[in-house]
Amino acid sequence: MTHIAHGTTTAQVLDGVDRNILLSVENLVMRFGGVTAVDGMNMTVERGEILSVIGPNGAGKTSVFNCISGFYRPTSGSIKFLAEEITKTRPSEITKMGMARTFQNLRLFKDMSILDNVKTGLHSRIKQHWYHAFLHTPSFKKTEHFIDETARGWLEFVGFSGDERVYVTQLPYGEQRRVEIARALCTSPQLLLLDEPAAGLNHAEKRALIELIRKIQALGVSIVLIEHDMGLVMDISERIIVLNYGKEIAVGTPEEIRSNPLVIEAYLGAEEGQAADATGADVELLADEAEIDEALEEIEAEPEKRGH
Amino acid sequence: MPIDAKTNLLLPPTTGQARAKAKFSWTSDHGILRILGIVGIVFVFALPLINSGNYTIQLGTQALIYILLALGLNVVVGYAGLLDLGYVAFFAVGAYTSGILTTRLGWPMWATIPAVILMCVIAGIVIGGPTLRLRSDYLAIVTLGFGEIIRIVAQNWEPVTGGPSGIFGIPSWSFGGFTLNKIQLYYFCAVVVLLLGCFGIPRLAKGKLGRAWKAVRDDEDAAEAMGINTYTTKITAYIIGAVWAGLAGQLQASFISVVTPSSFVFLQSALVLMAVVIGGMGSVPGVILGAIIITLGPELLRDVWENRYLAFGILLLVVMLARPKGLWPSTSVLPWSRDKRDHDAKVETPAKSHDYDPQEEVPS
Ligand SMILES: Nc1ncnc2c1ncn2[C@@H]1O[C@H](COP(=O)(O)OP(=O)(O)OP(=O)(O)O)[C@@H](O)[C@H]1O
Ligand SMILES: [Mg+2]
Repeated sequence: MTHIAHGTTTAQVLDGVDRNILLSVENLVMRFGGVTAVDGMNMTVERGEILSVIGPNGAGKTSVFNCISGFYRPTSGSIKFLAEEITKTRPSEITKMGMARTFQNLRLFKDMSILDNVKTGLHSRIKQHWYHAFLHTPSFKKTEHFIDETARGWLEFVGFSGDERVYVTQLPYGEQRRVEIARALCTSPQLLLLDEPAAGLNHAEKRALIELIRKIQALGVSIVLIEHDMGLVMDISERIIVLNYGKEIAVGTPEEIRSNPLVIEAYLGAEEGQAADATGADVELLADEAEIDEALEEIEAEPEKRGH
Repeated sequence: MPIDAKTNLLLPPTTGQARAKAKFSWTSDHGILRILGIVGIVFVFALPLINSGNYTIQLGTQALIYILLALGLNVVVGYAGLLDLGYVAFFAVGAYTSGILTTRLGWPMWATIPAVILMCVIAGIVIGGPTLRLRSDYLAIVTLGFGEIIRIVAQNWEPVTGGPSGIFGIPSWSFGGFTLNKIQLYYFCAVVVLLLGCFGIPRLAKGKLGRAWKAVRDDEDAAEAMGINTYTTKITAYIIGAVWAGLAGQLQASFISVVTPSSFVFLQSALVLMAVVIGGMGSVPGVILGAIIITLGPELLRDVWENRYLAFGILLLVVMLARPKGLWPSTSVLPWSRDKRDHDAKVETPAKSHDYDPQEEVPS
C-alpha cells in the first residue's frame, strides 16, 4: 500500500517565506459579467488558527471560497497556498495539496451510502489501480480495509453514531452537515474551509458544532469559516475578517470587530435597518440613531458600487 | 500536527471498527439474490443440454452479447452518469477491427483482441477527450453524431470496410487448430460475460475508481473537492465502456460471421440504452434483466405484431411511471424489497440558512 505524500514540507523549504502563513490572498478580484463579486480582497490564514469571514448577504464570501478552492478562476489577484500560486490549479489538485472545503448548500453524494460518501475523501490519498479492484488482489483488500477504518474513524470523530450504510438523504439535516465535515477531513487537510456550517442547525447542534470545530483545530488543522451566526463566530474565532462589496473592511479579534464602526455600518447598509444578522451585542452598539442615518445615507449614495 | 508517520496522512484519533457482519441467510435479500444468480448461471450452462436447436443457441448467444454490451454501457451511464447515445459505435469498431484483421490479414480471432482493445481506446479518447470537458447534455449530442459518423464511414469506405455489403466470412474462434462450433461459441460467450460482465464490473464499482465514478455522477463539484479529477475519472469510464463494447462487437462478428453497417444503426444504441434504463441504472442484475428483455422481446413479438418496437416505447413509459429507478434498481437489493437501504426517504427540508433567533444566541 503506497500513500501519496501529504504536502507538509513545501512551506518549510522556502527561504524568506513566513512558515506560519498557510494561505495568502492578495488583491483578489472576481467578476461575473458586470457583477463584481470580489473586489480587491486581501487575507492571510496562519497555521492553526480559526478565522471567520463575515459580511452581509451577497458580500462575496462564498465567491472568495470558490476562488481559493479553485472552483472559480479569479479575474485577477494572487492566491498562495503553502507558498505556491494556485489561481490556475484544478480544485482536485488543491485538495491534494491539503485544502478541504464544505459547501454552503450541502453537497453530499445522494445516491451513495454515508460510508461511501466519506470514503471518497480518501481518493487522492490512496493508490489503488483499477485492475486491483478487478482482480480483488490482496493489495486491493488491504487498501479497502484502510479506507474503511479511516472513514469510520472520521465518522466517529465528528460524532456520527447511526448506521453508516444507509443513504445520506435519509439522515436529518444536522447529521448530513456532520457527514460532510467527516468527508472533508478524510482528504487529510491542513486547511479546512467551512461555508456556513451552522446554517439550519438547532441550538444543541450549534453547540456540538463549536465543540467539533475546536476538536479539529486541536488536530492542527487551520479553519476558515463563513458564518452568519454571530454568537458562534464571536465564540470561536481568533480573528475575523469582515467583507462588504467584495472587499475586506475590517480585520481583527472578535472584540475589535464588535466595536468597529465600519462593520456596524456594513451590516446596517445590507439589512436596511433590520440588523437581522447582527448579534445582540451589535444591536446594542447601534443605539445611536444618528450613526444609523449616516450609514444609510452613505450606502444610498453609492448604489452602483454593487455593479448590476 | 499529528500526521501519521507511516502513511504521512492526517488520520482520525481512533480508527472506526467495522460493524459485525449480519449472518448470511439464504432467505435474506442477499441470499435470494445469490440463489437467483446461481439458478441463472446453471440455466445458461444447461441450456444447450435442454435444447440445442439452432434457434435457441443463436438467441442465447445474442442475449449474452447484449448483456455484455449493456453492462459496458452501464459503466458509462449508470456509474459515471454520462449519457451516451452512440454507444453502438464502439461495438462497430470492435466488430470491424476483428472482422478486417481476420478476413484480410488472416489473423486468428484471439490475436485480434489487443487490436480491438487498442482501437476502442483510441476511439474512446478521440470522442471522449474533447466532449467530456463539457457537461453531459452536450456529450449526448456529440455521441449521437459520432455513432452515425462511424456507421457512415463503414458504409462508404469500401476498400477497407466492404461498403454496404460489409465483411463476410469472418471465422469463429480457433485455438491451435481447434475451431469452436456454434454451441462451443455459446459457452465461450457465457464464460466471457460471466467473468468480464457479472464479476468484473461489480468489482470495479466497489473500489476507488467505482466510488469516484458515482461521486462524479452525483455531484461533479463535490467530487472535485474530494480530490477526484473529474475529467480523468469520466474518461476512464468512457474508455472502459468502449473496450467492453468493442469486445462484445468482436464476439458478435465471430458469432454471425458478417459485419454490415446496418447492424450499427441508432436503434441499436437506443435499445442498449433502454436495457440499462429499464433494468435499473447502476444495477448489474437490473441491466442483465434489461438486456434479456431487449433481446427476447422482439423475438417473442415477431409473429404477433408488426410494429413490435412500439412495444418498447410503451414498456419504457410504463417502467418510468411505475418504477422510475428501473425494474431492479441498485438502491434496493431486490425489486420487491423495502429494507432500510431503500431509498425513498424524503430529506428534511433545511431551515432557511439565515434564520436568526435572538433567543437562541449565547452571549459570550
Ligand atoms: N457563478 C456566479 N455567476 C454570477 N454571479 C455570481 C456567481 N457567484 C456569485 N455571484 C454573485 O456574486 C455576488 C456575491 O455572491 P456570494 O455568493 O459570494 O455572496 P455571499 O457573501 O456568499 O452571500 P451569502 O451570505 O448570501 O451566502 C452576488 O451578487 C452573486 O449574485
Ligand atoms: Mg455564501
